[in-house]
Amino acid sequence: MQRKKIISKTVIILCCIMLAAFFIFPILLLFINSFKSLKEIYMSVLQLPETMNLDNYISAFKELDYLNAIKNSLIVTCTVTAANVICCSMAAWVLVRYKTKTSKLIFTIFSVAVLVPFQCVMLPLLAEMGKLNMINMPGLMLVNLGFGSSMSIILFHGFMKNVPVELEEAAAIDGASQPRIFFTIVLPLIKGIAVTVAILNVMSLWNDYLLPSLTINRSGTQTLPLRTYLFFGAYTKKWNLGSAALVMAIIPVIIFYVLCQKHIIKGVTEGAVKG
Amino acid sequence: MRKSKKIFWLFLAPCLITFCIAVVIPTLTGIYYSFTDWDGLHANCDFVFLNNYISAVRDIYFQNAFVFTFKFVIITVIAVNVVAFAAAMLVTQNIKGKNLFRSIFFMPNLVGGVLVGFAWQFIFCDVFDSIGEILGINWLCDWLSTKSTGFWGLVILVVWQMSGYMMLIYIAQIQNIPENLLESARIDGASAFQCFWKIKLPLMMPAFTIGLFLTLTNCFKLYDQNLTLTGGGPAKATEMLTMDICNTAFSRNMYGMAQAKGIIFLIVVALITVSQLMFTKSKEVEM
Repeated sequence: MQRKKIISKTVIILCCIMLAAFFIFPILLLFINSFKSLKEIYMSVLQLPETMNLDNYISAFKELDYLNAIKNSLIVTCTVTAANVICCSMAAWVLVRYKTKTSKLIFTIFSVAVLVPFQCVMLPLLAEMGKLNMINMPGLMLVNLGFGSSMSIILFHGFMKNVPVELEEAAAIDGASQPRIFFTIVLPLIKGIAVTVAILNVMSLWNDYLLPSLTINRSGTQTLPLRTYLFFGAYTKKWNLGSAALVMAIIPVIIFYVLCQKHIIKGVTEGAVKG
Repeated sequence: MRKSKKIFWLFLAPCLITFCIAVVIPTLTGIYYSFTDWDGLHANCDFVFLNNYISAVRDIYFQNAFVFTFKFVIITVIAVNVVAFAAAMLVTQNIKGKNLFRSIFFMPNLVGGVLVGFAWQFIFCDVFDSIGEILGINWLCDWLSTKSTGFWGLVILVVWQMSGYMMLIYIAQIQNIPENLLESARIDGASAFQCFWKIKLPLMMPAFTIGLFLTLTNCFKLYDQNLTLTGGGPAKATEMLTMDICNTAFSRNMYGMAQAKGIIFLIVVALITVSQLMFTKSKEVEM
């Protein structure tokens, strides 16, 4: 019995290691090759680099316009995420607390909209943004807020249904206005789900490519995915620079993951299960 | 509590206005444009009835993209969920380092589609080539240069990226199964296999509902990875529906037809995902 247990445990761990290898090896290979010269890469991609050469990183850093790209990505991601969490929690709160037909209808429209793929609205949206003079960073942020609102409202709505109303009623009797009730009583109660919504927003906004490529594709305002795409357009098959650029583009995500891993895993699971 | 209409609309306004700009108005105007000879810029266009839909359905690129997308979705949805379920079963066992494994399996999910596509391009083109040369395995060489290697490349990439996410959902559900249920089954003499097949699997159905829904929608909507891994090549052979819609508009300049394709795409995705939700929901058991 004891022996059987040890054998089965070893098999499980071996399976885990094999699977982990599959998940790690692409990034590991990129990392190894990012220190090599192009000649070394042509000789063999599997060997370790002869010297730890940072030349690739220096050129890729310049070509990517790395700091500027990070700055743009951060501006879009942070602004939209913050706006999304505040606006959507406000909207979800009134949709939960006002039990009218209009409120039900509006919530249904928000929920159904999750199914609409971007390609279906892309062309009319671009025409409309052009007319409203919104083909720029603020326009992109406004539209992203609109796109993200359905999912966030569904999540907040699901959570707020279970927040007891008594606390708010008591505050109302004490004479607190509704905005005050929301910001001082409700908002602190929904911190957990707000973190979830924020994490899901950060993940999709940071990696967004298609809409930014159609709206802010000018030098100076490009986000990191846009710069990476341009970079590969200019340096096809130059994998010494390419691998360094990819490693640099992945680094912020890894830092984010290491710093808030617990929140991310909880947020993703909750977001999926409640959505 | 006193409830004023003013507060209701005031609190709703930021979301509702941006949502209308981003989703509602474009959807409605999009439906209208799909029946006209729209050029993508000007609002004044003539009504052409179903012409765009007819030419969309007859378009050879659309047909190819349709078949390619469906094949891709079917195989990838199965592969992602099998890998994710297996990974979830592994890391919920009582072993050392299971949290580390969990973190590693989930990590690719955070990396953006554009980056992942380029990264795997390197793996398939350069790394596979050199491994193939060293070991003398022919089928490892020249990946992404044919339709089938492009197809399987995309499948492998998406399995790599999406499995960790689905694994988290399955883990949450496995941990929800009450231990005493399994305990009493064991006392009644159920084997490990029976425990898995008769208790764990039926109680996992809610997770399958979500997992299938998310993989289905994400696979249908896949664009970035397709763009950066193969770019639709060779010769448009690995183009998915999303990319075909973009190309119809931006490189072939046929906006009316592209919009009609977009509406067809919406209807197909909505029908499939809604029927999947209803089907798997009906299989869920009450505890």
